[in-house]
Amino acid sequence: MQQLSTKHLLGIKGLTAEDIQLIFETADNFKDVINRPIKKVPSLRDITIANVFFENSTRTRLSFELAEKRLSADVINFSSSNSSVKKGETLIDTVNNILSMKVDMVVMRHSSPGAPHFLSQNIDANIVNAGDGTHEHPTQALLDSFSIREKLGDVAGKKVAIIGDVLHSRVALSNIFCLQKLGAEVMVCGPVTLLPKYISSLGVKVEYDVKKALQWCDVANILRIQLERQQIKYFPSLREYSLYYGVDRKLLDQLDKEIVIMHPGPINRGVELNSDVADSEHSIILNQVENGVAIRMAVLYLLAGVK
Amino acid sequence: MQKRLVLDQKQIAITLDRFCHQLIENHDDFENTVLLGLQPRGTLVLDKLVKRLKEISGVEVPSGYLDATFHRDDFRRRDIPLKANETKINFLIENKKVVLVDDVLFKGRSARAAMDAMIAFGRPKKVELMVLIDRKYTRDYPIKPDYCGRKVNTLESQYVSVEWASQGFAQDAIWITEKEVKS
Repeated sequence: MQQLSTKHLLGIKGLTAEDIQLIFETADNFKDVINRPIKKVPSLRDITIANVFFENSTRTRLSFELAEKRLSADVINFSSSNSSVKKGETLIDTVNNILSMKVDMVVMRHSSPGAPHFLSQNIDANIVNAGDGTHEHPTQALLDSFSIREKLGDVAGKKVAIIGDVLHSRVALSNIFCLQKLGAEVMVCGPVTLLPKYISSLGVKVEYDVKKALQWCDVANILRIQLERQQIKYFPSLREYSLYYGVDRKLLDQLDKEIVIMHPGPINRGVELNSDVADSEHSIILNQVENGVAIRMAVLYLLAGVK
Repeated sequence: MQKRLVLDQKQIAITLDRFCHQLIENHDDFENTVLLGLQPRGTLVLDKLVKRLKEISGVEVPSGYLDATFHRDDFRRRDIPLKANETKINFLIENKKVVLVDDVLFKGRSARAAMDAMIAFGRPKKVELMVLIDRKYTRDYPIKPDYCGRKVNTLESQYVSVEWASQGFAQDAIWITEKEVKS
């Protein structure tokens, strides 16, 4: 008999370690559900969920939509590219119009950090943050930690290196919060231009040499170079980035231990990660995708249960 | 708090033995039969039943645990949501005779949810319900047990508590207890 301490999932920062454990335990049960012959339960049959995406998304949106349908919720999809937002409608008006259709939950992705927080203060529905700019992406961090727990038995005490474009990554920030709450040690690694200036104040180790980072860690979470968020050049060329920070088989073979490779997707093959690693036995990238559905089912189910 | 003993350890053992013999009568060599314990408390009854069945008949009947939390009809209607438990069924129940095992049958809503949950594992040939205690005149659904330990008359203000020695109680026992009135 437990419930989440929050009505919304705006970020990992607002969750307690107990909340995260409850989400994991519930996701364990949903992982069992999605591997049954009939992959559907009727829990949310009286709930309507709006997926409101003001930014492009493939994986997260599909994962949320599948999770919602597996829980028997009614689902409506909204994307800003073909909506009245183009005509100048404000965020609050757009969402209030959606809520007038008697929607109970809103899953939102937006390019502005804090957009879901703003919504949660102004509308009466459960809000799930599916990524807000460079701020947080809580369900990605939850599924990443859940995947580590599944692979290594526990997150506590594990050493996790987050490698790549940390500056523009909401995945990195949510992962740092989540891993630390669960007792893992976190290191960030990347070119100095792609690491936030005060990142060490979050209690993470900082490393600029990818070989040292890989030698230190049990798990390497490789991040994509987010060219779409970069207004200036942060490194000379993708080729040079790949040369100094790309993870390939040769690098892994130089280590004196086996490490787990993760990536939130989409992968820029040959840039931050080579195919000989992405498709190898070290990689749990596809497990992350499967776990994403179970984690999102757990989040939606638990939030719907908060009175 | 007032407590009234319904079944003591010896009576529970006799009841479980009777269940075993009834199952042997109805299911013969158990070739096409599986037993499912309903989470959370029916699994304890199931474990004892499976053990005793093996001692009596020599047959290890396929068994599993079934959790119906996600199929309940009271989600978002309770003060605190129920926590899900593990479903452990390593076989399909397609065309099998299924015996659902629980400790107490009250309103019938858990049994209804269990049947809903069970369908995810195939279409059974036949479904039977086994309970240690049947609370008479309390049903919300048209559900009745095929195997019953004892029928008891209870009030809404009472609940049936099942205690197992394996869970740290002095001995196996089933009680009718008055619910504590919240002041």
